[in-house]
Amino acid sequence: MTPATRYTATAIALHWLTALLIAATFPLGLYMHGLALSPFKLQLVSYHKWLGVTIFLLALARLAWRLGHAPPPLPDTIPAWQQRAAQGLHHLLYVLLLVIPLSGWLMSSAKGVPVVYLGMVQLPDLVGKDKALGEMLEGIHEMLNFGLMGLVGMHVAAALKHHFIDKDTTLLRMLPFGKRGNHEN
Amino acid sequence: MRISHYSLPLFLLLAHGAQAVEFNTVQPAGSMVAFAYKQMNVPMEGKFGKFSASIAFDPERIQSAQARIEVDLASIDTGFSESDDEVAGKLWFNTKAFPVAQFVSGGVKALGNNRFEALGKLTIKGRVLDVVAPFTFKQEGRVAVFDGTFSLKRLDYAIGEGIWSDLSTVANEIQIKFRITAAAAPAKK
Ligand code: HEM
Ligand code: HEM
Repeated sequence: MTPATRYTATAIALHWLTALLIAATFPLGLYMHGLALSPFKLQLVSYHKWLGVTIFLLALARLAWRLGHAPPPLPDTIPAWQQRAAQGLHHLLYVLLLVIPLSGWLMSSAKGVPVVYLGMVQLPDLVGKDKALGEMLEGIHEMLNFGLMGLVGMHVAAALKHHFIDKDTTLLRMLPFGKRGNHEN
Repeated sequence: MRISHYSLPLFLLLAHGAQAVEFNTVQPAGSMVAFAYKQMNVPMEGKFGKFSASIAFDPERIQSAQARIEVDLASIDTGFSESDDEVAGKLWFNTKAFPVAQFVSGGVKALGNNRFEALGKLTIKGRVLDVVAPFTFKQEGRVAVFDGTFSLKRLDYAIGEGIWSDLSTVANEIQIKFRITAAAAPAKK
């Protein structure tokens, strides 16, 4: 049995869907933060929360996937230390994909605003109303987000370096189109 | 039963007191005026920090019950200072021109089981509308607690005009919750 050479279709779909949602949620967060109070702002804040909770759910799904699947091996031209660094970075990304939405949810609870996912499903409040805590969590949410952007920047730079400079298969393993390996599901 | 001539005056005094337990001395510490509404279907709450209430209520003689509550609208606490400033503005309460909301009762109806209904006029932002506010009455010794809730439609009072009149963001229905604690004093004759 030859090992899979690519991520499964499920892993690829979840990866790119998450990347797309973050590309929407992050700038939306920055933009709405700067707006003066208006119905438009309140709508955007709601959409931001719905997107963030969706990212959280997708991250849980990805972790569930990960428990049942080892990622396909990286090309063996990549030195072991780089493979370990990549792994460490992936773990950090997973942590942030969970912790950032949680910090947003905590912030909402602390500010006394329950999160109602898609305007339909009310999530339980994680903490009681506490103004000072809410403000602190707002700072933490912002800080974690800038941390995420830094890590994603490194992640993307590494992927592009492998593809265009090293010309190895690292990126192809995660791209939806391209020759199919074994073990697709 | 034979009543001794010593206890007779005391008995009469007590009987007289029981007849006229009128709760009319509002205790601000045990009273509140709060509200709840939905924003993008999210349940939100807030309260008013300053209001004054004067009531007179004897559960045995509700035909003479009276209530008057005045809420200082600028004392609103929505939980967000930005929102507090916004609702004090022209599009919402316009507190410069209309600083108080006022409820004046016109009568009380007994619903049984210590439940009542206050009928009255609610004035906000220069508009006067009839409201019916159901409330419960709970007596503990010389103190009574009145707990009630009613809802109003904010656009009936032009609360949230212009861009805010869009009801898909801040819903039209606003629940008002009140609790008035009042001590008993001998009825004024
Ligand atoms: C991975 C998902 C998320 C990302 C990438 C993200 C990103 C951001 C960013 C960049 C900001 C602007 C920070 C600033 O400049 O202060 C922000 C603000 C905010 N986020 Fe998130 N967020 C996410 C999830 C959530 C979730 C799940 C919630 C709530 C349930 C949430 C609630 C908020 C709130 C309320 C603010 C606004 C703070 C304010 O302006 O007062 N976020 N977010
Ligand atoms: C917000 C954006 C992104 C996030 C949060 C993210 C997160 C992740 C995570 C957690 C993994 C590890 C999957 C696993 O093995 O379990 C991964 C793998 C990967 N990502 Fe991303 N990613 C993002 C954007 C991108 C972009 C834009 C690219 C390409 C330019 C990319 C290329 C890759 C590649 C090639 C892998 C496989 C790496 C390997 O197996 O060592 N990612 N990504």
